Amino acid sequence: MKVPLPWLREYCDPPLDVHAIEERLTMTGTKVEAIHHHGVPATDGFVVGHVLSAEQHPDADRLKVCMVDVGASDENGDATPATIVCGAPNVAAGQTVAVARPGAVMPDGTKLKQAKLRGVVSEGMILSESELEINSGPPAPEGIMVLDGQMLDAELAPGTPLAEVLAISTDVLELEITPNRPDCLGVYGVARELHAATGAPLADAPWSEDPGSVGLVSGAEVILEVPELCPRFTARVFENVTIAPSPPWLKARLTAAGQRPINNVVDITNYAMLLTGQPLHAFDLDRVAGARLTVRRAHDSEQVQTLDGQTRTLDSEMLVIEDADGPTSIAGLMGGARSEVAPDTKRVLMEVANWHGPNIHRSSWVLALRSEASSRFEKGLQPEQCLHAQAVATQLMIDLCGATVSPGTIDVGLKSADAIAAHAQIGLREARVQAILGLPVTSERQAEILGALDFATEPREGGLAVTVPALRRDDVTREIDLIEEIARIDGVERLPATLPARRGAAGKLSHAQRVRRAAEDAMVGRGLHEIVGWSFTDPELLDRLLLGADHDLRRVVALENPLSDTQSIMRPTLLGSLLDAARHNIARNDPDVAIFESGTVYRAHVAGHTSDLPADEHHALGVLLSGGLEPRAWRGERREADFFAAKGLLGALLERFRLDWSVRAAAWSFLHPGRSAAVEVVAADGSALAGANGNEASVRLGFIGELHPLVASAWDLPRAAAFAIDLGKLAGVTSPIVEFTAFGPFPPLRQDLAVILPEAVTAAEVLATVRAAAGKTLEDVQVFDVYTGAQVGEGRRSLALALSFRVLDRTLTDEDIGPIRGKIVAALAELGGELRG
Amino acid sequence: MIDRIQELQGEAESAIAGVGSSAELEELRVRFLGRKAELPQLLRGVAALPVEQRGAVGKAANQARQALEAQIQARTDELSAGELQQRLLADRIDVTLPGAPPQPIGRLHVLSATRRELEDIFLGLGFTVMEGPEIETVHYNFDALNHSPTHPARARTDTFYVEDDTDLVLRTHTSPMQVRAMEAHPPPLYVVIPGRVYRRDLDATHTPQFHQIEGLAVDEDITLADLKGTLLSFARAVFGDERDVRLRPHFFPFTEPSVEVDVSCFHCSGKGFLKDGSRCYLCKGEGWLEVLGAGEVDPNVYACVPTTDANAPGYDPEKIQGFAWGLGVERIAMLKHGIPDLRLYYENDLRFLEQFA
Repeated sequence: MKVPLPWLREYCDPPLDVHAIEERLTMTGTKVEAIHHHGVPATDGFVVGHVLSAEQHPDADRLKVCMVDVGASDENGDATPATIVCGAPNVAAGQTVAVARPGAVMPDGTKLKQAKLRGVVSEGMILSESELEINSGPPAPEGIMVLDGQMLDAELAPGTPLAEVLAISTDVLELEITPNRPDCLGVYGVARELHAATGAPLADAPWSEDPGSVGLVSGAEVILEVPELCPRFTARVFENVTIAPSPPWLKARLTAAGQRPINNVVDITNYAMLLTGQPLHAFDLDRVAGARLTVRRAHDSEQVQTLDGQTRTLDSEMLVIEDADGPTSIAGLMGGARSEVAPDTKRVLMEVANWHGPNIHRSSWVLALRSEASSRFEKGLQPEQCLHAQAVATQLMIDLCGATVSPGTIDVGLKSADAIAAHAQIGLREARVQAILGLPVTSERQAEILGALDFATEPREGGLAVTVPALRRDDVTREIDLIEEIARIDGVERLPATLPARRGAAGKLSHAQRVRRAAEDAMVGRGLHEIVGWSFTDPELLDRLLLGADHDLRRVVALENPLSDTQSIMRPTLLGSLLDAARHNIARNDPDVAIFESGTVYRAHVAGHTSDLPADEHHALGVLLSGGLEPRAWRGERREADFFAAKGLLGALLERFRLDWSVRAAAWSFLHPGRSAAVEVVAADGSALAGANGNEASVRLGFIGELHPLVASAWDLPRAAAFAIDLGKLAGVTSPIVEFTAFGPFPPLRQDLAVILPEAVTAAEVLATVRAAAGKTLEDVQVFDVYTGAQVGEGRRSLALALSFRVLDRTLTDEDIGPIRGKIVAALAELGGELRG
Repeated sequence: MIDRIQELQGEAESAIAGVGSSAELEELRVRFLGRKAELPQLLRGVAALPVEQRGAVGKAANQARQALEAQIQARTDELSAGELQQRLLADRIDVTLPGAPPQPIGRLHVLSATRRELEDIFLGLGFTVMEGPEIETVHYNFDALNHSPTHPARARTDTFYVEDDTDLVLRTHTSPMQVRAMEAHPPPLYVVIPGRVYRRDLDATHTPQFHQIEGLAVDEDITLADLKGTLLSFARAVFGDERDVRLRPHFFPFTEPSVEVDVSCFHCSGKGFLKDGSRCYLCKGEGWLEVLGAGEVDPNVYACVPTTDANAPGYDPEKIQGFAWGLGVERIAMLKHGIPDLRLYYENDLRFLEQFA
């Protein structure tokens, strides 16, 4: 909200400059977001002038040469008028005008100089409203601003500094009003805050004297069909209204506060709203058919033309105000064109109503129609504010429009004057304030602060009994709310910095969190970059991943109100994010990509699930490799991202946790059918997922494979390999505590063995066979070479195995190993293997 | 005879001194000490000398031979060391070629690195790290956090709802875990909750997903001053030992009193302007940077925590009190590294990713 500082000072004027006021308001809960300057940068050189003569310029049809008394005189005391060339059509002798002298600086920063206009020297400029930023509309056709008869308080002697007459140079505070403080959506509410924050006196409320009256009104009627959505509806009738432009002082205030002046009646509604926080709406009563307004729900698809000329389609949750000819406005949002105040308006019906905030919020959102009024109503105003605004507006209608106010006020609704809620009383314990804040505040000071904020207090045993003012009744309902009031005015700023006792607190990461960090670090250590993708994805992702209609990954969580269709489901896999990032970088940066993401994936629960969480979420680690694994080098071949490159990385990850892991050929729709596998591990002893009684339990962690070429090409990628595992399960199969394994002083005995086998026999089968045949003496066995070719025969291949034997108590010899080697060879023979060479 | 020995020794010594390579030295050794050389022959001939000369000549010849052998050895060592050095110097590589194979350097995403840094700071302050669901019930996300039934944040404009289930939202903050944590554990409770959150906003300063770290400390006597001390420790750990914090009153439905927390600007040391007199771009001349929202937990929140076996004796607002905060990881990283646009975090351009961690 924008508050012109001079307006604020009219009600509370602490001896502080704008920056000190900013600081006090900000530090007591009314944050000053910005300080704007409105109007001229400095007031020097702007004076009141009196036009003595206005003669036709000898050489220019549209210019006049004026002699203007600007208060200057010679040593004899004789006036020395300034010669000013003026192009405004309305300039005339006898006018009192605003003059900028040479040296004055205009709002756009231009410094005025004495200038020759068609041969005549002009010593300044006669000003229009827009040149002074008093009027924000297009320049008035009538030209210069004439100050005569504008009810300005000051004596308009020539030479009077203009700033004494009009707010031409104004600081404007832009305030952030928190949603619990709709009472601060008006200048007077902010003045009360400033009063509490600084101790400077607060002037009486501008509505404390009401020239209007209560009671029945003749000549107009209001029917309220929706009391639940309109707690109070008030209206007053004004006769003999003269529509005219507002006086400059009012235009200056509205413009500085960000409102465009229209005419005196509309400007009065805006002025009263800005001052009280309560929106108003003026109807031309002669254009209200039947002189009767009905407040009702709109019909579905009902159309209303609003003031801005647009036709809006409503629904039955929205409210309209209608007369005998149909709807005239959308309640709380915007008036209608038909009953608008016009230049010929003579009678005004001034509506001030209280609307149900959430209903206005919804209507405003559905119609995409936000106004100063709706943004106030939706925060929840108090019914008392209706008459605040009526009082302010009534005085101005009399003063500025020459109107007479008809007796009485239409006042209907559940919260009309007769039925406004009583004021709540709350107990406040003196000691409780210190217990919450950690800072003592005496009961006297507490009472003083609350009093400044319009709360009534009286002492009672151990503290205060506090009565809540009407405008705060929604926000302050409990002792803790009173403590907040005290804290923000005098507490928060003075707080010491202490640390909590932290009884029994020992900061630590969980096992799962530590596993997650270690897994990420393992990938970073292997040269991968971590990405962070969007949780939202496109439902088409599921098709691009070639998922079958009943695939598990299609059990997605969809959003009711996504930002767009392409972000309308929660990702069931990290693959989409990884592929998107890979495509982005291959297109812009480098054909080689090695990335991973560690993040949540989401699925809907299966029917009959037993989880107590709303959806099936787990933390996954996904890796994507494409192109070369390392930069092109001057020495040696570089490795390409294929299945085995991904598997090498997977091994680096799983062996980081000392896991007994394996892969098993398996198909995923998005992976190359011949180059994909499931990742399985045996849960470690002591881990969460270890089988009962120490039995081994095999757990499937995820998948690994090369991407299906159709999937890769959908993201413009060449060959790419990927794996993804469930880090929650990974944590489950790892043991938080590692137990020591003894080792002896003796070196291992190493032997190699090459065996020719049918190609269908997998490496995993061969290794498992060797391990089973060799028993515990075999410490390790690895495949270190694979050969296919004529030498080994069609359909067969040779695997070279590196065997390592060791026992705890001695150095093994070839003789020791002979029998074991025999068993290995025999077991391999059963697989169809024969020793090579 | 002895003169001849000395003559030979002198001749040999000067030759050894003048020799330039191990090959020449070997020639000298053969010439002076080889089987057919004069000195060994002299030694072999000692037996044929008159008895009275044998002792002196033998001794002189022996000494000469030993001296020459030692000199040759010394000269050999000298020469071979020099020759090795020569060979090594000739065996020169271009040390400026890249290492092979090149080892790619990986990095954590700046959001992960920042989140970990913050987690570690709060771990050091005695907080345990907890996590919770991102797809959350309206109860935990709004109701239990004292949002009125008509609170605007519940609107479809602001919050993502799950299709076909009006009770499920994408959590709009990490705060729902306050209640879940209290349901699962009795007081005292000191936890931080990092995680991803969602709001329906997209522009240069808002992305529809972002990351928060919630803090929650509940005990018998935790005050707003304790919140200030805790966040002062945090601010100094993240932004430097010279930093100060200030609390500004604010409003949140689930804390009372509520504050926004500012850290003194580390770019201009809180002055608002730089050494050259220009306005500090980081704090925009304010001297303070807003980093998070916080407050004392609202009693209505405790009232939403049922007492169960898991959290007995439960959370009675008259017996326990504490504070909570929610900070934005993106915001901290943005301030710390001068990252100009939130959307960079989720674009995952390698030129961005390579810069941090």
